[in-house]
Order: sequence, then structure tokens, then C-alpha cells
Amino acid sequence: MSDLLAARFQMGMSLAFHIVFAGVGIAMPVLMVVAEWRWHRTRDPVYLDLAKRWARGTAILFAVGAVSGTVLSFELGLLWPGFMRFAGSIIGMPFSLEGFAFFTEAIFLGVYLYGWERVSPRAHRFAGVMVAVSGALSGVFVVIANAWMNAPTGFDLVNGQAVNVRPLAAMANAATLPQVIHMTLAAYAATGFAVAGIHAWLMLRGRSAAFHRHALRIALLVGAPAAILQPFSGHYAAAHVARHQPAKLAAMEALFETRAGAPITLGGWPDMEARRTRFGIEVPYVLSLLAFDDPRATVPGLETVPRADWPNVPLVHWSFQLMVGLGTYMAFVGAWGMWLVRKRSELFARRRFLAVVAIATPMGFLATEGGWMVTELGRQPWVIYGVMRTADAVTPMPGQMFRTGVFALIYVFLAVVVTVLLSRQIVRSPMYTGEFPSPTP
Amino acid sequence: MTAAIIAGILVAALNAYVLLGGADFGGGVWDLLARGPRKAAQRDLVAHAIGPVWEANHVWLILAIVLLFTCFPPAFARLAVTLNLPLTGVLVGIVLRGSAFAFRGYGGDRDVVQRRWGRVFAIASLVTPILLGMALGAIATGNLGEGGSGKGEGFYAGYVGTWLTPFAFAVGLFTLACFALLAAVYLTLEAEDESLRRDFRVRALGAGLAVFVTAGLALWLAGQGAPLMREGLMRSRWALPFQIATGLAAVVALTALWRGRYALARVAAAAQVSLILWGWAVSQFPYLVPPDLTIAAAAAPATTLRLVGIALAAGAVVLIPSLAYLFRVFKGSDQRSAVSHQ
Repeated sequence: MSDLLAARFQMGMSLAFHIVFAGVGIAMPVLMVVAEWRWHRTRDPVYLDLAKRWARGTAILFAVGAVSGTVLSFELGLLWPGFMRFAGSIIGMPFSLEGFAFFTEAIFLGVYLYGWERVSPRAHRFAGVMVAVSGALSGVFVVIANAWMNAPTGFDLVNGQAVNVRPLAAMANAATLPQVIHMTLAAYAATGFAVAGIHAWLMLRGRSAAFHRHALRIALLVGAPAAILQPFSGHYAAAHVARHQPAKLAAMEALFETRAGAPITLGGWPDMEARRTRFGIEVPYVLSLLAFDDPRATVPGLETVPRADWPNVPLVHWSFQLMVGLGTYMAFVGAWGMWLVRKRSELFARRRFLAVVAIATPMGFLATEGGWMVTELGRQPWVIYGVMRTADAVTPMPGQMFRTGVFALIYVFLAVVVTVLLSRQIVRSPMYTGEFPSPTP
Repeated sequence: MTAAIIAGILVAALNAYVLLGGADFGGGVWDLLARGPRKAAQRDLVAHAIGPVWEANHVWLILAIVLLFTCFPPAFARLAVTLNLPLTGVLVGIVLRGSAFAFRGYGGDRDVVQRRWGRVFAIASLVTPILLGMALGAIATGNLGEGGSGKGEGFYAGYVGTWLTPFAFAVGLFTLACFALLAAVYLTLEAEDESLRRDFRVRALGAGLAVFVTAGLALWLAGQGAPLMREGLMRSRWALPFQIATGLAAVVALTALWRGRYALARVAAAAQVSLILWGWAVSQFPYLVPPDLTIAAAAAPATTLRLVGIALAAGAVVLIPSLAYLFRVFKGSDQRSAVSHQ
């Protein structure tokens, strides 16, 4: 493995690891706040128990998210000093704002987790809201920095140097809005469905206690609307990519030739030698329609880009298919759930519904990973699209593989531990007895 | 000018990290060194003191890093290359320490599990400050100059020899001693039980001695290892007042500890460590990475600096009251009664 590939692997691994915890950090506080608010309104102790148990899980996930995020802020330089030297002054701004948002989040999370007995109920609910808001904001700021890498603006390039730097214009780049909406919805959908799925699974196992019913309802309340909106925001994001990053779109769709009335290809094996996609199911006109709102529009294929500048087409294509497939499933399940709730039918007696929700437990996060593979692998070989190649950004230090291995071990270890701890929390979940849980955090 | 102010804010963020996050590391050291009949109580006190605040304390480091790469990108890039290995070590330490702390807190009540995570937390708390101190020490050596990969050719000269020096190691030990001192002094105030308080008083006095010894060692080695810094510390016109103030703070801290005036000891120990950090910063002014990269040369364009300045001011409006609230809730004078009722 070359140093460049090892560095890319480490960065990708760190992001893939962190994004799960970041997504949970954005959405989980909303679930906790809703549960606590329901307790405040109904005085049903099940809601308090729920808020506290969710808070315990969130504490573990947030801690791992905080440290893995710290790793990333250093890795920007440890792996990509060339990128940071060039881009630091242009996109440092959203990172600075993220710093403050994250600070606020950490402060109020401390109050929330350890303050049950220390602050008034109103102050406690306020702390929860602050965690939810600042969590969402820190996600937004980080995604803005990433959006700039896809649609760099806010500077002039003179002899390879960035001059006339305009950080606010850089933040308001063309990719910001579509990416921010798509990722924020993804966090709520993925976390909501993961939580809903776990509780649905426990109910299927015979624990149809009030605890799980309430939990499922709140988790779906957060996850389902996001999942239903997600295809629309995805369409918006793809339309942006079609206009600004034709090579990425072509790789997503495994479209080698420029075509009018271009199809979308379901599945398929992109044959890089023959420059065509084998065994895929083509649905004609749909890509042109989706990308340019016109079924006859011409969609540029990979052939318009020099071969050396192609991203890894199979990986991008399959990641995209994975994301769209799982997202579609979640949108349908979300719509079904909302419809059942509207009908006020006894949602939870329906085992078939519980089963489809339980199956969806990992889907949101798998789709999120797929989406990031699409946007990151699809941008290659550029780190700053059209401006700087990834190969020119990497650290000159040799031996990257060693460190990549160390971090791979650490991440696997942490993932195993977190999974064990969380599943223990879940297995211990109550057949609700009506007794108050202990107030220890 | 703006650049110098932001560099000052960067040092201030680092200062906050040292006083708060540093003490959390020090707490881990006392967890590792817990002994005697009140061993378990000592560990509980550390965990109780760190629990609600460590995430927030930790963000000061992120703030410092973000300010460095936004406002001084060339300096960040150079440090990230030349100090790649110790910083990677710091990261591994931070990851293991933070996760182990959370896992211990939420991982169930079985003793074996608790001890295992406690051990990871404590060892990471011991190693990380040494590496962090070595990285800071390496900056002071002036070895990180020119080409961005140290002096000379080859992997060792470029990526190891720059920071693996006796001087940098002495700074690492000194950093550890400072963190341990801060933690022990703070813990004298957190302890409810008089005998527990006395445990940490003894530890604080021991750490104070260690600070003194390691500082002497670092200064002695600086003659060889960091002549530029020693020059700065000895010659510049700021040097004398700084050193007198630092010495005074150290004497006050130890005397106050000896006499059991813990609140005063806390202020004096914090002042002592802060003055040392600022003394180092001032001694290498106007250089960010001596001997060649100045604050002005590394600074981002004026627009960026101005916007970051505005963001810092706006952020402070949210941050300072929030932090004050956090510390009032968990470190305020009424906290003892709240804890004992649990």
C-alpha cells in the first residue's frame, strides 16, 4: 500500500468511524428531550426512565464521538499538511464556529448527564435543548467545510497560492445547502431508525412493555419524517452534483458514455476496461430527468473526463446504490409508520410492522456511510475539486501504513467495546415495573 | 497586530486547556498512584471531579488547534509534519483515556471491568502529558525550523530526532508534574473527608517538589537543547518579572498547601503554571515556530483573522456564561451537600 493510499485509508476510516457517533450526537439529544418533555407533560415515569436510559447510552457514544473528532482535527494536518497549508485560512472559519458549537454541546451535555439532581427541571430541559441545537449546528459547520472541498470558492488562485481570501463566500459555496440538508436529515433518520429498530426488536422478543412502546413512538417521530424527506433532499443534492461535478455523477451512475435521455442503472458491474457497465438494469430517461429535470437532457459520461481523473467507479456506483436502496426502504417504512400513527391504530400490535422496523436498525447508518463514500471517493483524485490533488496534499512522512494499522486496531477495539456496552444496556432494559430508576448518571 | 492578538488568544486557549484539561490528566495520574487505606475513595473522588466537566475541558485543545490551522496554516502544517509521531501518540492517548473513562463510568459495576478500564484511563493519563510536553518542548528547541522536516536527512533526523531529545523529555516530565500538581491541589478542595483532603495535600506537596526538580532539569538541559529559549528566558526584558512572579506563585502555592489554605493554594498553583506557559510564549515571541517562522509570516490573510476575531468575540458571549454555569453547578460551594445526598 502506498503512503497516499494508507493516508486516504486512515482518513476514510476515521471519518467512517466518527460519523456514526456524530450522527448519534446530533439526533439522540432530540429523542432525550422529547422523552423528558413527555414526562414533564404526562408525569408518566416511563418517560423519565426512557430519558435517563437514553442519556446513559448517549454518554458513551458522545465520549467516543468527542475523542474520535479530536483525532480528525489533528489528522487534517498529520495526514494532509499540504491541504491545510493551502485551505486553512479559507475554511478554518466553519471549523472555528464548529469549535464553539461543540463547546456549547459538551458543556450542556455535562449539565444534562450529571445534573438530574443538581439543576431545576426547567434548567435541565433547557440544557437538553441546548445540546440538541448545538449538536446540529456543529454538524452543519463541519459539513460546510466538506462542501467547500466539492465546490471551492471564496479565493483567487494565483501561481498555486490562494489570494484574496473571502471566508464567508467560501462558507456560502454552492454545495453547502444541498449537503447540509442531506446530512442533517441523515443524522435524524439513521439515529431514529436505529433506536426504533432496537425497541421494535425487543418488542418482537416479547417485551411489549410501555417502555418500548413509548420509545418506539418517539424514535419514529424523529426518524420517520427525516426518512420521508430524505429522497427529496437527495434529489436536490444529486442535481447539484450533476451541474458541478459531472465526473462524480457519472461514477455514481456508472455512466461511461455521454448520453441524451440517459438511464439510471440498477446494480451492474462497471467494466473499466471495456468502459461499459455490464449486467445492470437500465431505466431509460430517468437519470436525465432527475439530474436536469428533462427526460431528453444530455448527461456527460466519464468519457468527458481524462482517464487519470476518474474516481473509483465501481466503489462509487455501489456505495450510491446502497445508499439509495436503503434510503428508499426507510422512506417507505417511515411513511407506513406515519400513516399508522395517523390512523391511531394500535401500531405496535402489528408484528409485521415491528419486523420491518427491526430490520431497518442498521440501515440508516449503512446508508450514511454509503453517502460519504459517494461524496468522498467520487471527488477523487481531487482533495479540493479542480484545485488540489489529493496526492499533492499528503504528508511527506513515510511509513503511513504503520499508523493506519494502529488506528485500525484502536477503532475496531472501540467499536467492539461500544457494541458490547450498549447491548448490555439494552438487554437490561426493563419489563417496566413502575419503580423509579436510580438517579445515578 | 491582529495576528499577535490571535496568537495571544491561542496561548490563552492552551492555558485554559492546561489548567482544566491538564488537571483531568493529573487526576488520572492520581488514579494510577492511588494507595493507602483510602485507595478506593481517592479514585472515586477523581472520577467524581472529572465526570461532568472533562468533555468541556477537552474542547480547549480543539479550539487551540482550530485557531492554529485557521489563523496560522503554515505553522500548523509544519508542526503536523515534524511532530507527526508525538502528536499521533497524544491522539492515541486522548482516545484511550476518554473512552476508557466513559466505559468505566457506564460499563457496569463489576470490579474487574472497572479496574481494567481504570488502568487504561490512568496509564493514558500518564503518557499523554509527557508526549504533549515533548511536542511543546520540541518547538522550543528550534529544531523544527526551515524545510519543515527538521534538520538533516533521513527518517530519524526528520521525524524523530527533533523531539526525542533530553530537553524535550525533561519538558514532558515537567508538564506531567504540573498537571499532577494542579489536580492534587484542586482535589484538596473537592474532598469532603478531612483525611482524604490530607492525602491530596501530601500529593500536592510531592508534585510541587517534582515541578521544581523537573523545571530545574529542563532549564539545565536547555543550555544544550534549547539555547534560543534559554536566551529568551534569561535576556529579554520581560524575563525577570516573569520569573520573579512565577517563583513567588510557587512559594505561595506550597506555603498555602502546607498551612492548609487550599483555596489560596489553588489560585497560586494555577497562576504558577499559567505564568510558566506565558513565560515560554513570551520568550519565543515573535516566533511561532523558532527559529524562522514568525507570527506575522505564518498569519492567514487579514480578512480571515478579522472574521475569526469576530467569531471569537461572538462565541465568547455564549461560551463564558455557559462555562460559568457548568462550573457553578458542579464545582460551586453547594456541591458537597448535593453529592452526599445521592
